[in-house]
Amino acid sequence: MIDFIQNLISGIAVGCIYALAALGFVLVYKSSRVINFSNGQFIAIGAFAAYALTVWVGLPVLLAALLAMLLTAGLGFLVERVFLRRMVGQPIISVIMVTIGLASVLDGLMYLTPFGSGNFTFPQFLPPGGLELAGINISYPQLMAIGFTMVFLLLFGWFFQRSVLGIAMRAVADDQMASMSLGVSVRRVFGLAWAVAGLTAAAAGIVVGTVSGLNQDGLIAIGLAVFPAVILGGLDSVPGAVVGGIVIGVLQSFSTAYLDGVLGQIGLVGGGSQYAVPFVVLLVMLWFKPHGLFGTEEIERV
Amino acid sequence: MQLKVEQVTLSFGGVKALSEVSLEVAQGELVSVIGPNGAGKTSLLNCISGFYHPSAGRIIFEGHDLTHASPHQVTQYGIARAFQNIELFTGMTVLENLLMARHTFGHYNLLDNILIYGRAMRVGVGNRRFCEEIIDFMELEPYRKALVGDLPYGVRKRVEVARALALSPKLLLLDEPMAGMTLEEKEDMVRFILDIRAERGTTVVLIEHDLGVVMDISDRVYVLDFGQVIASGLPEEVSQNPRVQEAYVGVDHVA
Repeated sequence: MIDFIQNLISGIAVGCIYALAALGFVLVYKSSRVINFSNGQFIAIGAFAAYALTVWVGLPVLLAALLAMLLTAGLGFLVERVFLRRMVGQPIISVIMVTIGLASVLDGLMYLTPFGSGNFTFPQFLPPGGLELAGINISYPQLMAIGFTMVFLLLFGWFFQRSVLGIAMRAVADDQMASMSLGVSVRRVFGLAWAVAGLTAAAAGIVVGTVSGLNQDGLIAIGLAVFPAVILGGLDSVPGAVVGGIVIGVLQSFSTAYLDGVLGQIGLVGGGSQYAVPFVVLLVMLWFKPHGLFGTEEIERV
Repeated sequence: MQLKVEQVTLSFGGVKALSEVSLEVAQGELVSVIGPNGAGKTSLLNCISGFYHPSAGRIIFEGHDLTHASPHQVTQYGIARAFQNIELFTGMTVLENLLMARHTFGHYNLLDNILIYGRAMRVGVGNRRFCEEIIDFMELEPYRKALVGDLPYGVRKRVEVARALALSPKLLLLDEPMAGMTLEEKEDMVRFILDIRAERGTTVVLIEHDLGVVMDISDRVYVLDFGQVIASGLPEEVSQNPRVQEAYVGVDHVA
């Protein structure tokens, strides 16, 4: 039982990282219908920026993390301004190609820096060990992952319910034409969505850095793991992103803990079921709920 | 003249949707634009409201040049519109749709927009009361808290007009507000349009297919065909015009 809870908690912690990474992705899709394939690169850039600011420049860790998030937000804003704005009204496949191309460019740029090769250890600012509760151990990085996600969720909730811009974003997500006719600048909303996407991606990258160290390929892989999470939750749903992220995290954790052993007994000793299981679950679920758990079903009236 | 459309031309590739269309509307007037399908009526409305930008000509509203203004800027000069294909926030209630129009988007800088307490604004400056008055005015009380997506077509059309009114516009652009309605719903809508003008002094530009309605309620009528104004004037003058009768099938039984 203790093992089970332990695995559940580590799954939730990893899932929170996915959820954090998925938030920005969902926000961009929700407001502008753009599928951002360069999300993983934003995660990596945010994490590396935090590392550079604290280890090389010597800033305190928290200040470095904050600055890195703002820098990545700026990068997101810039990307929208320079590349995506021209693509408004173009076929969706062209827009997707732009974000894939952008991912390659950002990858290439990162390979030019020292971060392109090797592993980096984020400076430890959390005490070693963790909380002991009835025999269950929650490490501080895990707590941080969960806490960070909760804070961001509360901020998002507040932003969408209360702030003028958040309300404008909801309006744009619901109906662009109507929003424009009510005085919403759709361009400003798109720019902001990308900035927030950069910010949350950086937050996810920094959490990954503290939990498991920094490595370009590893960070970009988080960007890919976000896809089953958001498709499961529904591409345009913020709560869906969180639930989807946590479900995928827990599934992966359970696969490693239980399924790998079972598969090993029948000769499948590779031990990588955590990489396949989320997608199997995803495919099966899409038979029944093609718009994801919380996604908007589009009702087309002819 | 409150609104002046001067020699506006709009082309999509080689196709001219509008060619040298001019139109003038005085404060408080109810002007209708009629014409067969594809004549360019909605294109004209899209130019005035900033969704399209003419390739030649000018659009002047109360002395401001709106030719190159974007839709959200046009809104801030006091022009509101209702769409032909209903564009409502389907996941929100009727009241929320109207309140959305009361959020003065874009009047603040970016930081204010992020920080301003939306709910305080809604309650504080009487936006809520204002929207409730419009709901009363448009006789939408039974649907106040209903999700717009669940409402019947005729009611949604009315919500669109109500939401445009919630912007307190000086000029209201209505794109076929009666299309697809039952006779009774049409009569209601006519009454609302006349009341809007009478009680609020709002200028109305109306695009409509139902000639009977247009001839009854308009001060002046413009007739578009193939992107050109082929006739304009008082309703009775226009309906006598042979070019109009030729272009517009069915005009004879109205006159």
